[in-house]
Amino acid sequence: MNPVEHQILQTRREFLATSANGLGMMGLGALLSQEGILRADTVASTDPLRPREPHFPAKAKNCIFIFLEGGPSQMDLFDPKPKLNELHGQPLPDSMTKNVRFAFIRKETARIMGSKRVFKKHGQSGMEFSDYLPHMAKHADDWLMIRSLHTDQFNHHPGQLVLHCGRAAFGLPTIGSWLNYGLGSMSKNLPGYVVLSAGRGTSGGASLWQSGFLRSSYAGVLFRNQGEPVLNLKNPPGVPMALQRKGLDALMELNQSRYDQFRDPEIASRIAAYELAFRMQAAAPELIDLKDESAKTLEMYGVDRADPPIKASRGGGPGQYKSFATNCLLARRLVERGVRFVSIMHASWDHHSNLDNELAYNAGMADQPVAALLTDLKQRGLLDDTMVVFGSEFGRTPLGENRGGNPNTTGRDHHPFAFTMLAAGGGLKGGLTYGETDEIGWGIVRDPVDLHDFHATMLHQFGFDHLKLTHRFSGRDFRLTDVSGRVIKEWIA
Amino acid sequence: MDLRLASSLVCLISALPAGAADYTRDIQPLFAEHCLECHGPDGSKGGLVLTTQQGAMKELKSGTKGIVPGDIASSAVIERLLTNDPDDRMPPKDKKPLKPAEIELLKAWVKEGAKFDQHWAYKPITQPKPPAAGHPIDAFVRSKLAEKKIAPSPEADRYTLIKRVHYDLLGLPPTPEEVDSFIADQSPRAYEAMVDRALSSPHYGERWGRHWLDAARYADSDGYEKDRARLDAWRYRDWVIRAVNEDLPFDQFTIQQVAGDLLPDPTPEQIVATAFHRQTLTNTEGGTDQEQFRIEAVMDRTETTGTVWLGLTVGCARCHTHKYDQITQKEYYQLFAFYNNGDEVTRQVPTSPEAWNTYEKTNGDAAKKLVPLQKQLDAAKAQLPAKLPEWEKVVQARLAEARKQATKATFAPLEIASIAAKSKTKFKALPDGSQLAIGKPVATDTYTIELTSSSKPLTAIQIEVLPDDSLPSKGPGRSKNGNFVLGTITLLHGKSLSEAREVPLHTPKASIEQKGFTAAMTLDADPQTGWAIKGGTGKAQQITWQIATPPAGEKLFLRIEQEYLKSTEHTLGRFRVLGSSDVTEDSIAPAEVVKILSEEPKRRNPVVILPLWAWMEKVDADVIAAARAFETAKARLPKPPLMDARVIAQRTSGVRKSHVLYRGDFLQPADEVQPGVLAVLPKVKDTSRLDFARWLVSAENPLTPRVTVNHIWAKLFGEGIVSTTTDFGVRGAKPTHPELLEWLSAEFIKQDWSRKAFLRLILTSATYKQESKHRAEMLEIDPKNELLWRQNRLRVEGEIVRDLCLAASGLLAPTMGGPSVFPPMPADVAALSYAGNFSWKTSAGPDRYRRGLYTFFKRTAPHPDLTTFDCPDANITNVKRTVSNTPLQALTTLNAEAYAEASQALAERVLRAPGDDTSRLAQALRFCLTRPATPKEIQVLRDLLAESRAYYQAHADEAKLTLGTHAASGVKPEENAAWIATARIILNMDEFITRE
Repeated sequence: MNPVEHQILQTRREFLATSANGLGMMGLGALLSQEGILRADTVASTDPLRPREPHFPAKAKNCIFIFLEGGPSQMDLFDPKPKLNELHGQPLPDSMTKNVRFAFIRKETARIMGSKRVFKKHGQSGMEFSDYLPHMAKHADDWLMIRSLHTDQFNHHPGQLVLHCGRAAFGLPTIGSWLNYGLGSMSKNLPGYVVLSAGRGTSGGASLWQSGFLRSSYAGVLFRNQGEPVLNLKNPPGVPMALQRKGLDALMELNQSRYDQFRDPEIASRIAAYELAFRMQAAAPELIDLKDESAKTLEMYGVDRADPPIKASRGGGPGQYKSFATNCLLARRLVERGVRFVSIMHASWDHHSNLDNELAYNAGMADQPVAALLTDLKQRGLLDDTMVVFGSEFGRTPLGENRGGNPNTTGRDHHPFAFTMLAAGGGLKGGLTYGETDEIGWGIVRDPVDLHDFHATMLHQFGFDHLKLTHRFSGRDFRLTDVSGRVIKEWIA
Repeated sequence: MDLRLASSLVCLISALPAGAADYTRDIQPLFAEHCLECHGPDGSKGGLVLTTQQGAMKELKSGTKGIVPGDIASSAVIERLLTNDPDDRMPPKDKKPLKPAEIELLKAWVKEGAKFDQHWAYKPITQPKPPAAGHPIDAFVRSKLAEKKIAPSPEADRYTLIKRVHYDLLGLPPTPEEVDSFIADQSPRAYEAMVDRALSSPHYGERWGRHWLDAARYADSDGYEKDRARLDAWRYRDWVIRAVNEDLPFDQFTIQQVAGDLLPDPTPEQIVATAFHRQTLTNTEGGTDQEQFRIEAVMDRTETTGTVWLGLTVGCARCHTHKYDQITQKEYYQLFAFYNNGDEVTRQVPTSPEAWNTYEKTNGDAAKKLVPLQKQLDAAKAQLPAKLPEWEKVVQARLAEARKQATKATFAPLEIASIAAKSKTKFKALPDGSQLAIGKPVATDTYTIELTSSSKPLTAIQIEVLPDDSLPSKGPGRSKNGNFVLGTITLLHGKSLSEAREVPLHTPKASIEQKGFTAAMTLDADPQTGWAIKGGTGKAQQITWQIATPPAGEKLFLRIEQEYLKSTEHTLGRFRVLGSSDVTEDSIAPAEVVKILSEEPKRRNPVVILPLWAWMEKVDADVIAAARAFETAKARLPKPPLMDARVIAQRTSGVRKSHVLYRGDFLQPADEVQPGVLAVLPKVKDTSRLDFARWLVSAENPLTPRVTVNHIWAKLFGEGIVSTTTDFGVRGAKPTHPELLEWLSAEFIKQDWSRKAFLRLILTSATYKQESKHRAEMLEIDPKNELLWRQNRLRVEGEIVRDLCLAASGLLAPTMGGPSVFPPMPADVAALSYAGNFSWKTSAGPDRYRRGLYTFFKRTAPHPDLTTFDCPDANITNVKRTVSNTPLQALTTLNAEAYAEASQALAERVLRAPGDDTSRLAQALRFCLTRPATPKEIQVLRDLLAESRAYYQAHADEAKLTLGTHAASGVKPEENAAWIATARIILNMDEFITRE
């Protein structure tokens, strides 16, 4: 950056920062008109992301949703089933599989598969984690572990839609969209809903951060792993920021004069949008620039770890350890900057075969950075109002997968009837292990939790009655929890 | 009587005058908003149903009656609204209460006799008389404005009008020449003529076709996890564009898309039209149950039809009877039943009607004959799914037997009755049964062998190539290094060679394969490629083929074609033919087919099953016969312009029954249902999908015209006359101009469902031609412009944002139709698609600059330039896009590659022509805004130009970076760069991407 450009940017940044401080929670439109940048009168009330109050005082303000695409094996990570080793190689009684559908398992020859994992109790609470998650285990007293989740979909994309949108249907908003719709965004120069990804693409693709029938202002913005973090953030070659500013000033004047003639608030919104775009051009690179993070922090997240060697890791290629760790650190930086919802996606955990090796690889990738994220949020006082979720669309079977009748099973199939997710912060009760599965992890024996219940409770922590956070579309008041959902009071600290 | 009741009794007198409450206007909306969720079609809590008078008057479980017409005091509904007892009071405390004025209305309505009426949208259409002379639309709109003493806005200036019409009808800016001629046209019909010119442009079909493609959830990929490309999807897109351009009447347009396959002797175009319902998603994720996703697609067809034609949320009745509208769950499955036997098939169709006409003209009658033969082949292939179960039974039994016996194939030499070469090559029979080629070696050759019939049918055949001292390098081939290329092998069976039919061979395996010359190449029908043995010459080698349908009786012929042209004399020198009659697992079917057969039928998804279909086509006698007839006819002609297209065809065997699915679950079928329509609507004649299609657009069905007219209106005004475009049910918005909607609906039918005539009608109204400026005095009275006292300003769609920039900068390639294209896109967007099964190869040449609607649309990774501007994701139908206004849009038009390029091209365009700064700036503004620039705009841009010049004169290196591929010739980079920086800002003006 040349000195002139730097100075212009600096002045402008200070100007906006000072004004922003003075204005607190006002929306960008109002902010701009206060600054005299925009003589608009109607923007503030039409800004879809202006901050709003929820139904009742909220415990949580931000969410970091870590989505492990594909269905990690709960009995190899969170839910120890010693009985499986006893029964290893034995069939299940017909009665158990009679009305059950599988993706790949052949019922007639399917056999139970034991786990080589060693589980230990951790923390005051004695929460159990497998030896694949030594760092996350240190936060046993911060996590809420839910072992009794179930869903009604056993294929990936439909399952992922349930987890993110509440139903296996298209055209619905995701949780992140609902929260931005309900609460608006506190961020003045970043989107309210950011998606970070590592590994290969997810099955659900863009449908996992869509805004559905809500306007696209509430859709997630996918940050990129390489180059500019936001698409089209960089000016075309040869256009410095100083000239960008001059160009935008001219543009504002042209648009302003059209506004003076037409008085259409959409023109004012567009002027505001260009200003926010300009700010984002400075804010997003600043966000991903980790130079002000201490060496200790970088080390804690494991940002510079190399990938361990592995023959197969379900796609994604090299660099997943670095990307995932960086994403966890970026999530904290995003939350610090007022971003409402950060989605971290990683694919894939769909271990139909070679489970021990590939799960070790994935768990090794996630364990340290996720633990560091909790530590970091906590030490900065952010964990109280930031909810961290760690989970997937379903779990895996206690049966080994014998696709095509193959007797050499090294993986597990999709299991929607009982699976585990973790959550921390945002006013949830740490150290609580909720729900119980039977001795082989097939079904739920205590406190079943539908994903709608999980959603209802999440929304509750954000200050919403899940029955009332609705949007009317096609004659119906839609909500995240579709037609069910109950708040699970036991989870609330 | 307790005090509470006494106090409510006081209120049991209506304070409103007679006639104050109207059911449709006042009461039904209250019921819909507050009551029907519990007392509606799907439930009758306490026995109360508030959708019909009969239901409302019934004696309730409590012994009282909900509504007693004329008697407020006896009507439990009123009492429960007024009671102070929080447990009894309605609506329940967690629901929104009624306002006192609303309760007053209800009381007045009960007192007047509690008259119910049919929901407005279900009533037959009658065309009301316009309330005044002049344009009927204006008569309706202005009479309402007059009631409120509001003056309409004046007509927009001519620049605005031509820009408006071109944006609306074509999605492209008018050219300066078009603008000039319109401005200069003094005739009183100048405007009408301009509208007609636009309507006759082929770009009209692109613009209005794209609206329809939203409704059709059109995309170029399957959707769901694998999201494979649909490389033929564009064929339907082109059908839509053509149909819209030809102004195919909307009723025909409907019938062809819903049931074109069922029309008598359907044309290929009518078949292609059914692809409307092939735009549904396909889930080929491993382990999916195919029936689940087949039903999901049929449900989507049902619900899309409900939204697009009926404007009803029928999807709500998938799991239970509709909460508000009179759509029972059973009726949902009656609609579903119309579609339940429409199967997903692939048909060969002409790449376009034009291409086919040309082909026929060039090739005469022979070409015409191809069409029926092609249809017969399609028909034979279409029978395969129905034949599969029987065929599979036989194959599975043979497989089971072979596995039980665990037979290994043993080969014995076959006696050769005769052998001949196409060339002058002769053969010498050797004692081991082998043949040695003699004479001058030739470059290419075909050997034809007649085999002496063996006692047992052959299940495998083998050629053993042998070394011989007489051959170069000992052979077995005749080339200098002893190699050969066995190009194509064909086994034939019949009375004589001329009558012999081909016996399909499969699973070629060889003792050695040279890289790039595999055994498989002997079956690829290309005799120039084949099997060779470099590294294994001078020794005996074998190649084996399996025979799934062992030929018995009659004669066997073996043809060996050797056409390898890249070197010389690669023909066979010494070889013998062996055969086996052992029925092995290998012989019964290719391994990939056996693998599919070992999968449960319900798991064989459309991709997994492809090799099985390909195999059945090879072994099914009917397909073979039809294919032969088609191929024979085709062989004498140049390659016909035919392509595969995914369409719908009615199932004729194994016809499915339809059931109500409990909670919409495909595993829980309940009562059987017959195809049928909603009871609240007129009856359908019969039960076929064609009957249903005709019913949709019949004179009796009032919904289709109302809904369609409303869609068109919404595109031209930003909002529909019914603002809830997808919901004409009781919870939907009431029409802002009910009489106008009726008049337009009737008029649309009167004009034979012509969309062009209808557009012309609206576009020539003063209502449409008004200015779009906001007026301060209206802020209080009608801020949303529901009364249409002005036009609305509308930001154009994502595709059109692109089109405008391309057109204004002169980059646009106006080519229409054809395969979808790949304009520049950041690489990692495509990479994020699952399984990395997709690479985005940026189109070269003019395809880089095609209109937005031709951009390849991959559902899980759509082009961000489009989705950022609210382009729908094509997973479900969309009849009205949301319109957002975001910083990401600003970043797109400022910085995305396509837009940066447009600014370079616009700069080049104005620099190319002579002129000074002012005239050039004026010209650039004119390209973008249609109207002449204001002095202020010129001033602002001159300042920017000057600042940019100053910058680039100081930074010449950076100037060069900005030029891209559109540098203006003879202009210094610094000057060029300054113009690009300025053009970029012009292209970002709000006015440019707004229809004003």
